[in-house]
Amino acid sequence: MSGSVPEIDAIEQAQMRERPTFRVGDTVNVHFRIREGDKERIQVFKGVVIRKTKGGAGATFTVRKVSSGVGVERIFPLHSPRIEKIEVTARGHVRRSRLYYLRNLRGKKARLRERQRQTSDES
Amino acid sequence: MNTNPGLIGTKLGNTQIFLDDGEVRRVTAIKTGPCVVVGKRTPEKDGYAALRIGIGERRAKLVTKPSAGAFKKAGVEAARLVQEFRIDPELLDRFEVGQKLGAADIFQEGQFVDVSGTSKGRGFTGVMKRHNFAGAGTVGHGTHEYKRHGGSIGMNMTPGRTLRGQKMPGQHGNKKATILNLRVVRVLADESIVLVEGGVPGPRNAFVTVKGAIKKAPVPLPEPPAKEEPAANAPATDEG
Repeated sequence: MSGSVPEIDAIEQAQMRERPTFRVGDTVNVHFRIREGDKERIQVFKGVVIRKTKGGAGATFTVRKVSSGVGVERIFPLHSPRIEKIEVTARGHVRRSRLYYLRNLRGKKARLRERQRQTSDES
Repeated sequence: MNTNPGLIGTKLGNTQIFLDDGEVRRVTAIKTGPCVVVGKRTPEKDGYAALRIGIGERRAKLVTKPSAGAFKKAGVEAARLVQEFRIDPELLDRFEVGQKLGAADIFQEGQFVDVSGTSKGRGFTGVMKRHNFAGAGTVGHGTHEYKRHGGSIGMNMTPGRTLRGQKMPGQHGNKKATILNLRVVRVLADESIVLVEGGVPGPRNAFVTVKGAIKKAPVPLPEPPAKEEPAANAPATDEG
């Protein structure tokens, strides 16, 4: 939106963190720092990335997992300082950018094929 | 009267930043300055205390002769925009005519400020956009040519006239607007940028004034890092 203002770009750049490249369809482990009272601990949220949004420092991604039979989705700010690290555990082959159709699938049908070829936007 | 110190700035646009604990603040970036003190109003001479603060530069051809004289007398470059900021008379000595002011000279993180600017002009608009009227409500049942109208504008024989201040269509925006009590989330001293939580009137690159909030307890000026005092007392020795 404000991509043409150099000062704002600089502010956003300063906010951004080094994150591994991953795509929609990949399975990731998100190590998220959680505050419980005074204590801080790290919770790992493991699931499939079903959506990524752009927006510079405000970019987010959504991870979906099925936890004891209930579908759970969490939206993470990509550059949040609370994210300790992101691990990519599997790369899925998908043909669209928003995997909302996974919500209607369960069990074996909700699996994604492993992506074989490495595509250009991965380093 | 808001006697909290303030500066003129330009609105850069909106962005968001993360606080240390990971919370997100949606902010407006305002480039305050480079501002110059182009004059002072003193209680002895003018009956009140204020700083005349200028921003930007104006081509010599476009400077009016009276203001050119004022700039020349103050020994500063002609500024694009000059505004007076009423301040506490006791603070007057902390500022020098010709002194350059940046965001860090006036603002502190965590304080509240009021931001005024000229809101985006929307031209002649109807009552739904301008005053949030509901329109005809039930659009249907034979309603026609009345969907976005305002309805009744008054009574009958008593009072027999439309009351003053009745909300009607008209010019919307392009008018001075002030947003009170915006928190300063961050002050970037090097770039002279303040990040203020929330929105600010006007388009990008428009001039806005940022002042300490009138409805909060006054915040003392940030203590200058030992550079202002010697400079104010003896500017010549600094150079020599």
